[in-house]
Amino acid sequence: MVSRLTRGERELAIGILVLLGFLGLAMTAAGGDGPLGIHGLVVIACAVGTTFVVIAGLFATEPGDDRLSRYYDDPSKVGIVLAIVWGVVGMFVGDWVAWLLAYPEMTFDAAWASFGRLRPVHTTGVIFGFGGNALIATSFHVMQRTCRARLPDQISPWFVLLGYNLFCILAVSGYLMGLTQSKEYAEPEWYADIWLVVVWTAYFLLYLRTLARRQEPHIYVANWYYLAFILVVAILHIVNNLAVPVSLGHAKSYSLFAGVQDAMTQWWYGHNAVAFFLTAGFLGMLYYYLPKRAGRPIFSYRLSIVSFWGITFFYIWVGSHHLHYTALPHWVQTLGMTFSVMLLVPSWASAANALLTLNGAWHKVRDDAALRFMMVAAVFYGLSTFEGSFLAIRPVNSLSHYTDWTVGHVHAGALGWVAFITFGSIYAVVPRLWRCREMYSARLVEVHFWLALAGTVIYVFAMWNSGIIQGLMWRTYNESGTLTYSFIDSLVAMHPYYIARAVGGLFFLSGAVVALYNVWKTARLAAGEQTEAAGDTPVAAPAAAGSLQAGE
Amino acid sequence: MEIDHGMLVAFAKSFGLFYLIAFSVAVLVYAFRPSNRSRFERAAHSILDDEAGPWR
Amino acid sequence: MFGFHYRLERNTIGFVLAVIVAASIGGIVEIAPLFTIDETVEEAPDMRVYTPLELAGRNIYIREGCYACHSQMIRALRDEVERYGPYSLAVESQYDHPMLWGSKRTGPDLARVGGKYSDDWHVAHLNDPRDVVPQSVMPAYRWLSRTELDSDDLGLHLKAMRRVGVPYTDAMIVNAENDAYGQAAPGSKRAPGVAERYGEGTNIRAFDGESDRLTEMDALVAYLQILGRLTDAAYERKTEAEE
Repeated sequence: MVSRLTRGERELAIGILVLLGFLGLAMTAAGGDGPLGIHGLVVIACAVGTTFVVIAGLFATEPGDDRLSRYYDDPSKVGIVLAIVWGVVGMFVGDWVAWLLAYPEMTFDAAWASFGRLRPVHTTGVIFGFGGNALIATSFHVMQRTCRARLPDQISPWFVLLGYNLFCILAVSGYLMGLTQSKEYAEPEWYADIWLVVVWTAYFLLYLRTLARRQEPHIYVANWYYLAFILVVAILHIVNNLAVPVSLGHAKSYSLFAGVQDAMTQWWYGHNAVAFFLTAGFLGMLYYYLPKRAGRPIFSYRLSIVSFWGITFFYIWVGSHHLHYTALPHWVQTLGMTFSVMLLVPSWASAANALLTLNGAWHKVRDDAALRFMMVAAVFYGLSTFEGSFLAIRPVNSLSHYTDWTVGHVHAGALGWVAFITFGSIYAVVPRLWRCREMYSARLVEVHFWLALAGTVIYVFAMWNSGIIQGLMWRTYNESGTLTYSFIDSLVAMHPYYIARAVGGLFFLSGAVVALYNVWKTARLAAGEQTEAAGDTPVAAPAAAGSLQAGE
Repeated sequence: MEIDHGMLVAFAKSFGLFYLIAFSVAVLVYAFRPSNRSRFERAAHSILDDEAGPWR
Repeated sequence: MFGFHYRLERNTIGFVLAVIVAASIGGIVEIAPLFTIDETVEEAPDMRVYTPLELAGRNIYIREGCYACHSQMIRALRDEVERYGPYSLAVESQYDHPMLWGSKRTGPDLARVGGKYSDDWHVAHLNDPRDVVPQSVMPAYRWLSRTELDSDDLGLHLKAMRRVGVPYTDAMIVNAENDAYGQAAPGSKRAPGVAERYGEGTNIRAFDGESDRLTEMDALVAYLQILGRLTDAAYERKTEAEE
């Protein structure tokens, strides 16, 4: 990878890494032996490790100017692999904590191994580690293709990708040490948040600079979604994480907002993380890879524009549906509920658009598991957005809220929609990135598909059942007008469903492991093929570049 | 003018509706305007053949 | 207008602005009125702030991720009020930076758990939940009893809380560490200062059963025992409604 950078870029990379190392040193100095100090050491270790990689290739042959006639895909390759690795780790921890709910003794007598600390490792691992890396990697791929332009430089994509992973590492290692702001899906502490702002700004500028270089007058709609994802996530992240640290030497901070304002801000963030991280970004993937893989243009480009603005506009209002019947003012709840229901229109427009695109290509869906992943994703997107609007209705929410139904809903979206579209896109993009005809094993893609589908269905059905039973038990009255069940009765009733859920999760995890193996083998195989094919490279791309690429 | 709670709430409750309508109209006009048809058709097809490398 | 749209699409910056406008107005409209809500919210003149020990306990509650399974928000629904107590009021979490309303009840709501069980029960329950509730799936938190509370920077914590708007006095900040010890050591020289600064109703007890050691267990139990007890506003409101 380093051989694809020019000498100047290699030196610049080392410069940035040295700065990062000093930043880590400052954190260690300020934090002492507290968690901030330990995180300083983590930063130093990451900086030093990466520096070694760059130095190892410092004196390799420089790439020629002909690199500019090709897309720059190295960061995408690394990003895809990182995404799957994070996915496996995050899903493993998720399944572990799922078993803990069925068998709570199945753990170590250590703080880091308790449910409360592992659970954010799962959520951050899958949402930000798996989802985030997949979004960054595919966005680099998609923006170059749709703009018909190469990335503007070769350093900033690496800064974005690796910097983002540093954020994920700080987040996850922090939870194990007990560092959390307690805001769901925004748990990392203030310094990690500041770092993410720096990385995110570079990401945003990178996107704008690539768009500015585009050769197409019109910006393809997938980029709209990616851009909205980058932009709105930045706004949400900054506002929701406003906090005052105890001191510059303390990892702990106190949120600027309190009580009802804090709750509204948190769920304004929380639901829009769903909207702009887990929906908009992945719709960007859908709108590029699905038509591409099906070999047909999107059914209605106009509909995709209408649903884009619909989603951008409606989603931002709906956060308050997380706070029905609470101390939040009634009118804010009503507003959130109304917009949640209206949101169904653009959501279903997107889902229908995707499925109608496949109309006429159903034989491909039958034969090609990658395309089938995307189709199932569109179906689950339709299902979970419908469920979401339904759960946002106040009386329904009175039953579902605080129960496993919410967990089931989230996983219908996260497994059925987000993970399916991601895996589908990964299977579509990997052969193109590594420049080989197809995946190492089409059979393994097939195996992954059925494992993932079975896992999702088992998981979601288990949680629907347990959630509804739980909600009903909590509000059941006996003839004398008192509550029939104690809380612990409802917990005992959950036991079989918790086991079923953990089994479903295990299926899904196994599928992800299969994917990791398959992608790894594809990359190895492609590297081998390219060494052989190096002699065939056209004049425009000299053999030297080809063989270097193979040696990486 | 004093900004008090009542005013903010009244604004929040009324403004959103008009904003929503204006916004929807603008988006629909843009999406369904006949002169944009060819541009969108072109964009929708543009992704099907884009592997050749950046245009320079 | 059409020319504007055309340029919008040509011009990335214009597009970016359009997304910001479309996406931020909803949030502003919803959240802005909440910052003036003080004008309409219930009054609770008896509301007190967390003592340093309770704040430390709250931070342990956050650290261990208790909020992932326990809510602190009783909704205005009949079964919830009968199961957990009077529904939660906005004013009750006005000093909660951050709020811990929660989103999931794998375990029961804790908004009014204060005073519901004895200190001994909490200690036994946290050391091994299945000793007191055989069917429980809660993790055991054995390390709380064996870990000394890190109390030397509590003053800084109070100071940071004051910076975000919680009315801690200078005396509270200066005496933070002493008060943390005093609250868990009744009869010690440092105990009377706690009652003086935080009110006579403050729980001053050896929460973990040992008054010579200040552990994380002391802090967490002190916090759990004050949940729902910082003000009587919710109870008063309930009585009013019944009359």
